Amino acid sequence: MSWAQVFFYIFAGLTLLCALMVVTRRNAVHSAIFLIITFFFMAAVYVVLKAELLAAIQVLVYAGGVVGLMLYVIMLVKGEEASQIKQNLGQVVIAAFIAVLLALQIGSVVYLYFANKPAGKAAAAALKYGGNTEGIGALLYTKYLFPFEVASVLLLAAMVGAIVLAKNKLER
Amino acid sequence: MVPLSHVIIFSFLLFAIGMFGALARRNVFIVLMGIELMLNAVNVALVGFSSHLGNIAGQIMAIFIITVAAGEAAVGLAIVVSIFRNRMSVNIDSFNLLRW
Repeated sequence: MSWAQVFFYIFAGLTLLCALMVVTRRNAVHSAIFLIITFFFMAAVYVVLKAELLAAIQVLVYAGGVVGLMLYVIMLVKGEEASQIKQNLGQVVIAAFIAVLLALQIGSVVYLYFANKPAGKAAAAALKYGGNTEGIGALLYTKYLFPFEVASVLLLAAMVGAIVLAKNKLER
Repeated sequence: MVPLSHVIIFSFLLFAIGMFGALARRNVFIVLMGIELMLNAVNVALVGFSSHLGNIAGQIMAIFIITVAAGEAAVGLAIVVSIFRNRMSVNIDSFNLLRW
């Protein structure tokens, strides 16, 4: 077992542990803090999988941006009453059953399809451009230019929508 | 080199945890966090396949998913804020405006 594999198991286990803490905490602020830790460990998993640019984006966008925004909104709306009342909908058993069923279903597919396949090879396509970031940049601005522009329009629409929705009253 | 099957197993365990959070909790923020966890599980699977097949397109797909997830979080939180103004609650049970 190589060192990359050892670190993958350590970080994957810690990610799953923190993800479980996210969905079981009573206080939403604690959940958000555990979500940040989860995203940091996930970035470590990306580094092990040789996706360095994505690890950096994960930390910047998720741990810095999305969860930061979430924490602001949690503190904006008063959540004290939310931590007092009953925490679960009346469907914990059904939800757990569906989650376990889904895990078994995908697990059986993974087991049947990948059980006897050998381990993968290194990311050679990235080396063609001289590195992970250069490879992604070159591909993003040539072959995937149109989806890139569509994503920018989507972000603009999301920004306008969020401002309009969160605004108290529209002045005319 | 990490075997692909273990990355996929890690990915779907994470997806199952996120799905449990999205289905079972009453606090709307934890439901949103469950959705984020599910999107991240898909990203892990894409990066695993990208690393396994030596094709960098999977990581570009993951970047697009992160873009969509960021937009979804912003709009979702704005909807939560505007519903909170009317209902004074972050409880999923009170978000039944569109119920038949």
